[in-house]
Amino acid sequence: MITYSFLQHYWWFIISLLAGILAFLLFVQGGQSMLFSLSKTEDERRLLVNVLGRKWEFTFTTLVTFGGAFFASFPLFYSTSFGGAYWVWMAILFCFTLQAVSYEFQSKPGNVFGARTYRTFLFVNGLLGTFLIGVAIATFFTGSDFSVNKGNITSQFAPVISQWGNPWHGLEALLNLRNLSLGLAVFFLARSQALLFFINRLSNEVLEKRSRKVLWINAIPFVVFFLIFVIWTLFSEGFAVDPTTGIVSLEKYKYFTNLMEMPVILGFFLLGVVGVLYGIGRSLLSGKFKSGIWYSGVGTIVTVCSLLLISGYNNTAFYPAFPNIQSSLTIFNASSSEFTLNAMSIVSLFIPVVLIYIFYAWRAMEKKRTDIDDVNNDSHAY
Amino acid sequence: MEILNASLVDWSRAQFAMTAMYHWLFVPLTLGLGVIMSVMESLYVKTGNEEWKKATQFWMTLFGVNFAIGVATGIILEFEFGTNWSNYSWFVGDIFGAPLAIEGIMAFFMEATFISIMFFGWNKVSKKFHLASTWLTVTGATLSALWILVANAWMQYPVGMHFNPETVRNEMTDFWSILLSPVAINKFFHTVLSGWVLGGLFVVGVSSWYLIKKRQIDFALKSILVGSIFGLVSALLLAFTGDGSAYNVSQRQPMKLAAMEGLYEGKSGAGLIAIGVLNSEKKSYNDAVNPYLFKIEVPKLLSLLAYRDADAFVPGVKDIIDGGYQTKDGLALSFAEKQASGKVAIQSLANYQKAVSVKDTAEATLQKAQLEKNFKHFGYGYLDKPEQLIPNVPTVFYSFHLMVILGMYFIALFALVIYYNYNKKFENAGWLQWICLLSIPLGYVAGELGWAVAEVGRQPWAIQDILPVQAAISGISSQSVQITFFLFLVLFTALLFAEVGIMLKQIKKGPEGH
Repeated sequence: MITYSFLQHYWWFIISLLAGILAFLLFVQGGQSMLFSLSKTEDERRLLVNVLGRKWEFTFTTLVTFGGAFFASFPLFYSTSFGGAYWVWMAILFCFTLQAVSYEFQSKPGNVFGARTYRTFLFVNGLLGTFLIGVAIATFFTGSDFSVNKGNITSQFAPVISQWGNPWHGLEALLNLRNLSLGLAVFFLARSQALLFFINRLSNEVLEKRSRKVLWINAIPFVVFFLIFVIWTLFSEGFAVDPTTGIVSLEKYKYFTNLMEMPVILGFFLLGVVGVLYGIGRSLLSGKFKSGIWYSGVGTIVTVCSLLLISGYNNTAFYPAFPNIQSSLTIFNASSSEFTLNAMSIVSLFIPVVLIYIFYAWRAMEKKRTDIDDVNNDSHAY
Repeated sequence: MEILNASLVDWSRAQFAMTAMYHWLFVPLTLGLGVIMSVMESLYVKTGNEEWKKATQFWMTLFGVNFAIGVATGIILEFEFGTNWSNYSWFVGDIFGAPLAIEGIMAFFMEATFISIMFFGWNKVSKKFHLASTWLTVTGATLSALWILVANAWMQYPVGMHFNPETVRNEMTDFWSILLSPVAINKFFHTVLSGWVLGGLFVVGVSSWYLIKKRQIDFALKSILVGSIFGLVSALLLAFTGDGSAYNVSQRQPMKLAAMEGLYEGKSGAGLIAIGVLNSEKKSYNDAVNPYLFKIEVPKLLSLLAYRDADAFVPGVKDIIDGGYQTKDGLALSFAEKQASGKVAIQSLANYQKAVSVKDTAEATLQKAQLEKNFKHFGYGYLDKPEQLIPNVPTVFYSFHLMVILGMYFIALFALVIYYNYNKKFENAGWLQWICLLSIPLGYVAGELGWAVAEVGRQPWAIQDILPVQAAISGISSQSVQITFFLFLVLFTALLFAEVGIMLKQIKKGPEGH
C-alpha cells in the first residue's frame, strides 16, 4: 500500500536521483572551466565550445527541475534554504545566468562584449557553479545555522517562519573544511568527466591526447577531496531523528551506520565509486579506451544518489540545523502533503518517457564524433 | 529575530518585478515567433520550396538568440520564490510547487531536447523528424507557459486547497480545480495570445524593413503573409480572452477592477472609460474629490462586461472598503469587518498552537473551528488600515487603458496589412511599412502593461485575501536584496544590449547571409 511515509521516501529518492543526474551533467561546467587551458588554438577552442554547447541545456534544465521538484516535494527546504542561504544560492544562480546566453551569443556579430567575454562567463560558471553546488550539498551533512518556527506566522510584525542565524546568509558554509572538500571534489569530478566526454566525443587527436594527459591532474585531486569528504562524513556525528517523537540528536557514525543498515544503498554506493574509478582509471591506462564517460557518468549518478539517500533515509535529518538542531528538516517534517506527493508521483511517471526521448534524440544527433569541419559546416555553430 | 520593514518588502517586490519584466521581454517573442517559424517549416516540408526553408532558418536564428536570454532570466524567477518569498514558499508551497515541478519535467526537457535537434539537426535527421522537433520545441515553450500561468492564476484566485493548522500551511485538495480554474484557462490563452500577437508584429515589422530597404522582397512578402494573418487571428482572440480576463477580475478581484477603471464610487449601469485622465488632487479614497480630470466613457459598458448585465452595480474603491452593497453571496463585508475576522483567524491559529502544545484537545478543537470560520479573511489580519487594500490606481488605470488601446490598434494594423497585401499594394506602401516597423516596440509595451495590471492591480496580495506581500517575505536584510537587485539589473541590462545588438546585426545580414 502506498503510505504517506512511502511517498516521502519515494520523493527523497527522486530528489537524490536528480542530484545524481545533475552531478553527472556538470561535466559541461567542468569542460567550461578548461576552455582556455585545454585548447591552444581558436579552432580547438571552438570545437570544445561546440561539443559542450550541444549539451548545456540538459544540465541547466536538470538544475531547474531539481529546484522545482524540491519545491513541490519538500517546500520547507525550499523556503528555508533558498531564503536563508541567500548569498550562496544567488551566486550559483548568477553564474548560471551568465552561462545561459554565452553559447548562443559568443560567435554572433553585434554581441557587444566579444567572444572572449562570453567564454570568460562560461569559465566563471564552470569554476563557481560546480564548486558552490558542492559546498551547498555538503551542508546536507554538516548543517546550517537556521531555525524554523511555524508559530512566527501569527506575529504581525515579524511573521517569517524560517530564520537564518547569522548575517552571512550561507557564505559561512565556505569556512567549513568539510564543505570545501566536497566543493573541490565536485569541481575536479566535473573536470575529469569533461575530459572523458572530450575523449569520447571529439574526433581530434591532439585534444584527445591532451585530455588524457590532464586527466591525471584532475582525477587525483578529485579522489583525494572525495575521500576526505566521505571518510570525514562517515566517521563524524550525524543528525539522527527519533521516529516517534521527531526529536533530533547528534549520533556518532550516523552516516556510516546508515550505509551498514541499508546494504542495498551501500552496494550501489560502492558500485558507483567503482564505476567512476574504472571509467577514469582505464581511460588513463589505455590510450584507446574512449567509453570512460559512460562508466564514470553512471557511477557518478549512482554515487551521488546514494550519498543523498543516506542523508535523508533511516531517520536522518537531510537538512540539519546547527546549533538549533531541533529545527532540522527531515523528509517527514519538510515534505508536502500526502495529496500533493501523490499527485506529483503520478507526474513522475513521465520521467521515463522524458529519459527515452532524450536518449533517442541524443542518439540521432551523435552518430559520429565531432571535428572542426563539422563545426565549420554547421549553420548554427557557436 | 529580524523585524520586517517596508523597505525589505519594497525591494523584494522591485527585484521580482524587475526580473519578471525582463523575462517578459523575451518569452512572448519565443512563443509567437516559435509558432510562425514552425508554420513556415511546415510549408517548406509540404511544398519543398527552399525559400520557405530559408525563411524558417532566418527566423529560427532570431528565435535562438531570444530564447537564450529568456532562459537566463527565467531561472532567476523560479528561485526567487524561495530566496525572496520564503514564507510564501512554505505557506502555499504544497500547491504552488507542483506546477513548477511539472513545468520542469514535462515542458523544459521537451524544449531542451528538441531545440538542439532544431538548431543542429538540419543535416542529421529527416525533414519530418526535424519538423516534429521544431513543433515540439514550441510546444514545450507553450506548456511551460501553461504551468507557470496556472501557478500565477492560483495566486489571484486560490482554489482547490484548505488550510491545515498543524502544518501551518495551505494544502492541495483538488489538483484539477487548480489546473482548470477559469482564471487559469483564461490567463493561459490571453497571455500566450499576447505572445503570438507580438510574434506577428515582429515578423511583419522586420519584413517591412526589408521592403523599405528594397531587399529580400520575396522573402519579406512571404513572411508578411504568414505574420499578418497569424497576427490578426491572434489579436482578435486576444481581445476575446481580454474580455474573459476582465470578467474574471470583476468576479474575484473587485478592487483590481475598481483600480483599472479609477472607480472610487460604485454605481449601477457603470460606463467603461474609453479615454481618461486621473486627477492627481485625489489623495484619499473618501475625500469626495472627483478622480478624473477628463474622461470619455461608453455608457453601461462596464456593468455589461463585468457582470453581463447593463444595469448591474459595480463597486468602487470606497464601496469595497465600506462594504454593505449586494453581491451574489450576500451583503459585502467592510474592510474593518474583514480585518477583524482576519485577526481572529490569526489569533485562533496562535491559540490552537498553544493548545496543541499543552495537549488541550478541547481548546484546540474550538480554536480550529474558529480559524476555519474566519480563514477566508486570514490575510486581512496583517493589514492595519484600509488604504493598504488599494493598489496604485494610476499605474493600474493607465496600464489597463493603454493596453486595451494598443490591442485595438494591433487588430486594425494587421487588418490593414492583410488588405494591402491582398491587393498587392503593400510592397509600395512605404508609409504602412514604416508604421509596421515602428509598431514592434508597442507589442512589448502592451505585454508589460498587461502584467502591470495583473500584478500591481492585485496588491497588497501575494495570494488573494489570504497572504499579503509583507507576510510572504524572506528574513533577509533589505540591503542584501538591494545588492542583488542592482547586480541583476546591470547583468540583465547588459545582456539585453547584447541581445538587441545581435538581433539587429542578424536582421541586417538578412536571410541570404545566413
